[in-house]
Amino acid sequence: MKSELEYFSKRVSKGLMTRREFVGRAAALGVTAAVANSMLASTVRAQTPQRGGTLRMGVQGGATTDTLDPAPAANMVAASVNVMWGEPLVYLSDDGGLEGRVAESFEGSADAMTWRFKLRSGITFSNGQSVTAQDVVDTIDRHAGEDTKSGALGLLRGIDTVKADGDTVVIGLKSPNADLPYYMQDYHLVIQPGGGKDDPAAAIGTGPYVLKSHEMGVRFVFEKNPNYWGDYGYAETVELIVINDNTARVAALQSGQVDLIDRVPPRTAGLVDRAPNITVHSEPSGGHYVFIMHTNTAPFDNNDLRLALKYGINRQEMVDKVLFGYGSVGNDIPVNESYPLFSPLEQRAYDPDKAKFHFDKSGHSGSVLLRTSENSFPGAPDAAALFQQSLAAAGIDLEIKREPNDGYWSEVWNKQPFCTSYWGGRPIQDQMYSTAYLSTADWNDTRFNNTQFDQLLLAARAELDEAKRKQMYVDMGTLVHNEGGLICPMFNDFVDAQSDRVAGWQSGVKGFPFMNYTAPMRMWVTG
Amino acid sequence: MGPIAKLLAQRISLGLLLLFFVSILVFVGTSILPGDVAQQILGQSATPEALANLRAELGVNDPPITRYFDWLGGILTGDLGTALTSGQSINEAIGNRLGNTLFLAGCAAMVAVPLSIFLGLLAVRYRERWPDKLISATTLTTISMPEFVLGYILMFIFGVQLRWFSPTAVGYRPDADFLTRLESIALPVMVLTLVVLAHMMRMTRAAILNVMQSAYIETAELKGMSTFKVIRKHAFPNAISPIVNVVMLNLAYLVVGVVVVEVVFVYPGMGQYLVDHVTKRDLPVVQACGIIFAAIYIGLNLVADVVSILTNPRLRHPK
Repeated sequence: MKSELEYFSKRVSKGLMTRREFVGRAAALGVTAAVANSMLASTVRAQTPQRGGTLRMGVQGGATTDTLDPAPAANMVAASVNVMWGEPLVYLSDDGGLEGRVAESFEGSADAMTWRFKLRSGITFSNGQSVTAQDVVDTIDRHAGEDTKSGALGLLRGIDTVKADGDTVVIGLKSPNADLPYYMQDYHLVIQPGGGKDDPAAAIGTGPYVLKSHEMGVRFVFEKNPNYWGDYGYAETVELIVINDNTARVAALQSGQVDLIDRVPPRTAGLVDRAPNITVHSEPSGGHYVFIMHTNTAPFDNNDLRLALKYGINRQEMVDKVLFGYGSVGNDIPVNESYPLFSPLEQRAYDPDKAKFHFDKSGHSGSVLLRTSENSFPGAPDAAALFQQSLAAAGIDLEIKREPNDGYWSEVWNKQPFCTSYWGGRPIQDQMYSTAYLSTADWNDTRFNNTQFDQLLLAARAELDEAKRKQMYVDMGTLVHNEGGLICPMFNDFVDAQSDRVAGWQSGVKGFPFMNYTAPMRMWVTG
Repeated sequence: MGPIAKLLAQRISLGLLLLFFVSILVFVGTSILPGDVAQQILGQSATPEALANLRAELGVNDPPITRYFDWLGGILTGDLGTALTSGQSINEAIGNRLGNTLFLAGCAAMVAVPLSIFLGLLAVRYRERWPDKLISATTLTTISMPEFVLGYILMFIFGVQLRWFSPTAVGYRPDADFLTRLESIALPVMVLTLVVLAHMMRMTRAAILNVMQSAYIETAELKGMSTFKVIRKHAFPNAISPIVNVVMLNLAYLVVGVVVVEVVFVYPGMGQYLVDHVTKRDLPVVQACGIIFAAIYIGLNLVADVVSILTNPRLRHPK
């Protein structure tokens, strides 16, 4: 009975139930109104931030092989760790805009060729040193340098010059870019003293927490940074524990060993949410699961064959059976509502007749070979099997080749002409398109080569008029939708979960999981 | 030199020779794995420039023969090299990890070895009756289940439902007090025990039953000794050699075969360390782990050999 009351009071605090209803339900359970009211008060009190305590999070993705150098960070744990002790110039705000961190404000020139970032005054690194514009210049220099291993290098290629001007950093570009500030919010680009050139893995930055101890791939312990300029950081201590096994991560949350976990497997998320002390958060994201065809390789160089495959996939079925409802249907473009300046195209639906029509028109005979592996996205082999069946209804024979997880990213993806893969989202459309759809992009994994698209992309980058840009993105989306090598059946939600020992989860935060990595610094321990 | 010392020297040098061959196997085996370390470190998000830079920095472009002898020389001088991915000394990392694994394996052995020998004796004492059948049925069931399934079942029952033990070993810290450490590894120890129990138990049972057929056991029984006493004083000492063999084999398994259990229970031992580095193609670490595992395996088998020779006068004095 206690757990039912707790459940109801939680619903009241979330606004899903009125106070009157709550007292009514409580009475039905044999509880007096006075007790019910005091219980409600304690739940509501849990909703006002409290300082102190230890927040423990179980996170997937870390490995013994990681380093503390923020440059090569490539997994959830490394990214979370980076933004605990460090901060980039700017960061995504909850609604997908930008807010200042190390930089207080920023402005671009009228031609979007020069950008000025004014630094926040009086902030210091955790070693006591003041932050100077030169530190920022050095940081960008290190990530963009000749011998860099930085994951942010691709973002920095358009930069021509970086200069310190008093308390301002001036970035000059090779070609106009209205979105440059968005590049600076990347989690690799946390500002380090001297750019981290002397000791890249020192973990010294301006973040709300200071790294106290760590064992790679096992655990990281943070303590609150007493000199932090902002008001993030409610828990005194944050423990980040690497738990890669899905079952173990959920079990650790259920038994109270941790308070917060990421990546609840969609298959079991519904069951996990039923536990009285646990809440599952499913947040829409820009991440998507894809089937990618090389548009320059036979037989996929034939647009009719590509269209046949696009019409032959049942998107809703994939969302229901592969994502278990924790996601939304895709539309063969790599962006969705989670992006700024997005307007939807007409939804392509499963249509075996049209698939058959285009397949016959393509003149292709025989089967089509698809390569897949379990790590290309969770449930990829199942999705491939579903695709095989929905294509069979159109008379198209899909042959599935199961590849080993090991070496999938080096041997299959971006090498074989048709395979399964995934993309995590990007904060803005320009970044998504220029990462993988510009004809010269490193990761053009569909070998999309369309002059009109390339021109539109560059024009949109330089365009400061939002309405015009929006239309350009629609035109670009239409090109990819109709001619591209991307079959995008679904966008996956980020499914995280918390116990009621912590509070403060904010729904609808754009970006990455865990409220764009800010959950540990914005949530608090309740009791 | 006495015959025993000679025998020991012979066995040990054979072991070392074997280890040398293993080192070649490990090196060749890991070198022909597909994929390359730079790609694995940088993942899907690797740019060609970053890949090239990293490859050069890691020195994976040298010819394999050079790398093998550099590596072998390092091992002989006690230096396992540095991990390609994190740039940290492998000696140091493996030192901690191996300590953790030995702690887990040691605890599991403390429970499993006495328990299985006791159960084996019990099964002989009540052979073909219900205690024997119950013991056999239970241990065979647990050995037939994959370790991770067993792990998940125990995790669910004792960790999540009953809350008797921590479901995962995330509370484990090498510097915590002994009881905390024991508590956090209760479930992995249970899984490991269940996995190795059947093998040792059945071997004990079979070895003793074998001896029980002998004429001197019949004599002892005719003298009126109790069954347990016959087993303890006459049958067990003569069955030690096969039992030690199977115990050592299982001890070796506890050390080198715990990979899955460590990964499932998030225990910071060698298993997790090895898996992470295999995924990243960090060959120096994989090779170091391979050679250590091989050394443990060969070492324990050596002990088993020597013990069975020492306990068997016929082997001790070969004609």
